[in-house]
Amino acid sequence: MDMLGTRDVYGKTLVELGRESENIVVLDADLASSTRTNYFAREFPHRFFNMGVSEQDLIGTAAGLALAGKLPFVSSFAIFLAGKAWEQIRQSICIPNLNVKLVATHGGITVGEDGASHHSTEDFALMRVLPNMTVICPADGVETEKVIREIAKHQGPTYVRLARPKFPVVLDDAYQFQLGRSFTLRQGKDLTMIATGIMVYQCLRAAEELDKEGVSAAVVNMSTIKPIDAPAIASAVRQTGAILTAEEHSVIGGLGSAVAEVVSQNCPAPMKIIGVDDLFGVSGNADKLMAHFRLTYPYIAEGARQLLKRK
Amino acid sequence: MKLSPEKLKELKETARICRRDILRMTTLAGSGHPGGSLSCIDILVTLFFARMRHDPRQPKWEDRDRFFLSKGHSCPALYAVLSRAGYFPVEELDTLRKLNSILQGHPDMLYTPGVEVSSGSLGQGLSIGNGVALAAKVDHRNIKVYIMLGDGECQEGMVWEAAMTSAQHKLDNLCAFVDYNRLQIDGWIDDIKSLEPLQLKWESFGWKAIIIDGHSFEEIWQGLMEADRTKGKPTVCIARTVKGKGVSFMENQAKYHGMALTPEELSRALKELE
Repeated sequence: MDMLGTRDVYGKTLVELGRESENIVVLDADLASSTRTNYFAREFPHRFFNMGVSEQDLIGTAAGLALAGKLPFVSSFAIFLAGKAWEQIRQSICIPNLNVKLVATHGGITVGEDGASHHSTEDFALMRVLPNMTVICPADGVETEKVIREIAKHQGPTYVRLARPKFPVVLDDAYQFQLGRSFTLRQGKDLTMIATGIMVYQCLRAAEELDKEGVSAAVVNMSTIKPIDAPAIASAVRQTGAILTAEEHSVIGGLGSAVAEVVSQNCPAPMKIIGVDDLFGVSGNADKLMAHFRLTYPYIAEGARQLLKRK
Repeated sequence: MKLSPEKLKELKETARICRRDILRMTTLAGSGHPGGSLSCIDILVTLFFARMRHDPRQPKWEDRDRFFLSKGHSCPALYAVLSRAGYFPVEELDTLRKLNSILQGHPDMLYTPGVEVSSGSLGQGLSIGNGVALAAKVDHRNIKVYIMLGDGECQEGMVWEAAMTSAQHKLDNLCAFVDYNRLQIDGWIDDIKSLEPLQLKWESFGWKAIIIDGHSFEEIWQGLMEADRTKGKPTVCIARTVKGKGVSFMENQAKYHGMALTPEELSRALKELE
C-alpha cells in the first residue's frame, strides 16, 4: 500500500500553483515547517507572510490581501485555525464572502502524542456552520493535490482539513475531484458507508471484512462535507437502505450530522455514526489512538452489523 | 501644505451636515450608535473630502486609497460621509437598519457601495488594513490605507497582534486613528481597563505615534501630513475626541453610545447644529 502525506502534497502543490500564478500568496502562523508552507516560502519569499503566533491577525491579514485581489492560502494546525480564529473567520471572511483558502493540517486525533490541546475533533462542526463556507477533507494524498488545485479556481471561503501522518493511497491518478460531489469507491447492496479523510481507507477495509460474512457494503468518499452531496445520499438510501458514516471527528456536528440532516428529512433510513465520542483526545501514537477511539475497521464492521439489525 | 481657509470652511460645513445626518438616521431607525459617530466624524470628513484619492462613481477603482472603519458601530458617520460624497443617494440614510436597506446596522461591504469591508465585531480592521497595505507593497501600488480604531476596541488583543505586523513590515503606507473619546459602553475606559500610556504603547510597538485634537481640522490635517512624511514605519494619530461632540447634552455621556435620540431630543440637537 502506497503511503502519502497529505500535508507534503499540499506543500508541493502550493509551489506549483505559485509558479503558475503570481496572484497566490501564502500565510502561516509560525508552523510553516509543519504545514509544509515552508516549501512555498523558500521559492517565493516575497509572497509568503509568516504572521507569527497570531492566528486572529493571520485571518484578518488574509482578508485584506483577498480584498486587494490576491488569492491567499492560509495554514496552521486545524484546531488553531478553526478554533482560535473562528470569529475572525466568521466576521472578516465569511460575512464579506472573501476568496480566502484555509488549509489546516494536523486534523483529528492522529496528531498523536501532542494530546488534547493539539487534536482537532471539532473543526468540521465549527466550519460547517458558517454560511458561505465550503468544507473539504480529502481521503488521501492523490485527492489532496486535486482538491488544492480545484479550490484555487473556486470563488469563496474554503476550509480544507489535512493530517499529520501519511495516509494509505486509496484513489488512483485518474480520479477527478469535483467540488460538492462524492465518489463511490466500492459498490454494495446491504449498506452504504459514507466516509471522509482517513476513514475512507478504514471503511474499505471494514467492507472487505464484512464481505467475508456475506455482507455487501458500498463505500463512498464524501470529501466535500459542505455543500454535502444530498443526491448521492438519497440514492445510497434507495440502493442499500442503511447508512453508516465514518469520520476522524466528534460524532457531534461533523460528517455524520451533515448526512443525518439529509437522511432524516429527505429519505429516512437507519443510520450509524462512527467518530470520536464526546471526549477530548489523549496522548499516544496515532495508530494506537485510532484503535483507542474505536475508529479502526473492526469497530466499523461491528457498527455495520449493529446497523443491519435495525434495517 | 496647509488647509486653505476655503477648504477649512467647507470641511466644517460638511461635518455639520453629517452630524445632522447621523442624528436623524439613528432616531429614524430607533437605534444605533450616535455618540461614537459624532466623535469620529471630523476625521472621516477630513479623509473623504480633503485627503483620500477616491471616486464615488468607481467604488472599486484599483488605485483608490482605502478607509477601514474598524469600530464598525460608528457606521452612521461612515454612511453620512459616503452619501454626501456621492456613493449613494442621501435619501437612503432614512432606511438605516430597516429590512431590505442597503445600510445594515453594522457595515457590510456586500450591501453598501463605498464600504471597504464588513465589520462590527471589534478588533479586526487593522489586520485587514495591513493585508491591503502588504498587497500594495508587493504590487508596488502607491495607495494609502487609513484605519479608524475605537479606544475601547484597543482592549482587543488582536489590535496589538496587528500593530506588531504593521511595524514588522514597515507599513508606512498605512495610517491609523484612535478615536480616543475615553468612554466605552459600560463607562469610563480608565475605570474599566485603562489604555494608558497609549502613546508609549504604540511607540514601543514600533509606530510613529502622535496626539492630535480629533475635532480640529488643522490638527487632523497635520497628523495626515506627519503620516505622509514618516518613512519605514506606520503612523497612528491618537485623536483626543469627545463622545457626542457637537450636541451639548450628549457630550461625554456613555448612554449615547448605543442609544438613538428621542424625536424631542433630536429637534433640540438639530437646533444646536443649525
